[in-house]
Amino acid sequence: MSSFRSSRSFGGGVATVATWIGGLLMFAPVAWMVLTSLKTEQQAVSDPPTLFFIPTFAHYVDAFANGFLASAWNSVVAAGVSTIIVILLAVPAAYALAIRPVQKWRDVLFFFISTKMMPVAAGIVPLYLIAKDLDLLNTRLVLVILYVSMNLPLAIWMTRSFMTEVPPELLEAARLDGASRSREMVTIILPLIRPGLASTALLCFIFAWNEYFLAVNFTTTVATLPIFLQKFLSFGKLYTAQVAAVATLVNIPVVAAGWLVQKSLVRGLTFGAVK
Amino acid sequence: MSGAATDRVVVAALRPQRSRASVRREGWARRLPLLPALVPVLLLTQIPFVMTIWFSLQRWNLLSMAPRRFIGLRNFVFAFGDSTFLRTILHTVLMTGEIVILSIAIGMALAVGLNRSFPGRNLIRTLAVTPFFLMPVAASLFWKTSLFDPTFGLFGAVTAALGLGRVDWLSEHPVFSVVLVSSWQWSSFVLMIVLAGLQSFPEEVDEAASVDGASRFYVFRRLVLPHLRPFLELSALLVAMYVLENIATISLLTGGGPAYATTNLSYYVYLQAFSAFSMGRASAYGTIALIVAIALVTPLLRLVAGILREGGRA
Repeated sequence: MSSFRSSRSFGGGVATVATWIGGLLMFAPVAWMVLTSLKTEQQAVSDPPTLFFIPTFAHYVDAFANGFLASAWNSVVAAGVSTIIVILLAVPAAYALAIRPVQKWRDVLFFFISTKMMPVAAGIVPLYLIAKDLDLLNTRLVLVILYVSMNLPLAIWMTRSFMTEVPPELLEAARLDGASRSREMVTIILPLIRPGLASTALLCFIFAWNEYFLAVNFTTTVATLPIFLQKFLSFGKLYTAQVAAVATLVNIPVVAAGWLVQKSLVRGLTFGAVK
Repeated sequence: MSGAATDRVVVAALRPQRSRASVRREGWARRLPLLPALVPVLLLTQIPFVMTIWFSLQRWNLLSMAPRRFIGLRNFVFAFGDSTFLRTILHTVLMTGEIVILSIAIGMALAVGLNRSFPGRNLIRTLAVTPFFLMPVAASLFWKTSLFDPTFGLFGAVTAALGLGRVDWLSEHPVFSVVLVSSWQWSSFVLMIVLAGLQSFPEEVDEAASVDGASRFYVFRRLVLPHLRPFLELSALLVAMYVLENIATISLLTGGGPAYATTNLSYYVYLQAFSAFSMGRASAYGTIALIVAIALVTPLLRLVAGILREGGRA
């Protein structure tokens, strides 16, 4: 990893201070959200804003009392199951695009990426009608299916870029030893791309966990967390602290996971652009 | 040597006389792992797309008792006479462009700042990447109720203290508000991609340049920036791709208003289909949305295709 020259010069000092300020500004809304969530409603809307107060967890308790766990379970299933399926499908596909490429692998990869260009809006009407005919509306299954097709292209693209970084000598050695394709995959490729696969899975999980448009159209009572949150909109202004509490709560798992793997995520987001 | 060529050479060396059947078997053995991913993506993206085009040629309102019937291009004629829709196309292009540019500017500045060693670097990186992990619905709702709200929000209190009065951001500056919240989240994503790019910049090059007495600015301008180009292009592509679908932020912050000022194409199609129940028209709008998306994203995609050709193994 290359870190450019350290910060001992004057210019370096200025850059350090600017980076600190920039990072803190980026985080400030998040900090304010957590702070607001621990206030009473009166403190949350006071003028001037309240900075020092005795924290209350009442809004978190309220969220759990109002069906938070049921929605959280729907989100875990929709995001978790779809991510597992995406990875199971993306790994062999990436193999066929990187290690033993099919003819025209570039066209195939391009096709996958280009499906991401298609706005969901251009397919939402028929998808809705098909789901309705198959009696899939308002189920977790329909979300799993939609999230798989939503995330698969990105996952294939990322996984392929990790596979292209597997040293060819290792693969040739294994082939000369007579290793089968599945052995080659399990003993050589998978261990090498594991950090990359973890970043890919996290990214797919985040996109599915945060997904709103499909969830709002295809489900009603089987609400995932974005839909659970959206209901607070209609309650309006009196619920500032309550909104902050639920907004904090729904983000805890993904933010925690993101913080834990940020280093490998940063390494993984090259999409094959490094030569 | 490229991977496909290597494979062919290796295979040819091992089996000098291959029958046509074995060539075919080898081809299918290569294609097989692709199919479980290719088939569902084809089914779930191409079939709905073809159906959308078919629906777009029909008069079909779920609220009307009149049966569906084929009306040719009349939905498209209607769409191009719909001035709100045409403004929506313009807004989509402008908002997407603004968000892409702002996210790249902020994300890249932060990435360059973070790619140095200084006290607290890990902490600041952790804080700066956080907005990307936030659920857009949660972020938008919170910004709306706690920050933008003219009476109860923090921004209102700040502008009041500065003597500017309580600015109602969401109704007075709706586009700015949507662009601000979206860019805030996506600049974190750009930050991670550009940081990945900076970290893959060979350290030896930097050291050699500094031994040669090259100024830091020169190194950045002549060596780092060209190295970063594919990463910036990727950022632009991915941000544009996801922002075109930026429905959660728009619908929760402004509901697309006031007077459709912040409605983008995807959101407009959604409003047609699920509020107006006019499936035929919504499909025509959807088809046009697709064409606009292709027009916006194809130049970026071409750049990425260039990256793929040069990079990778084959």
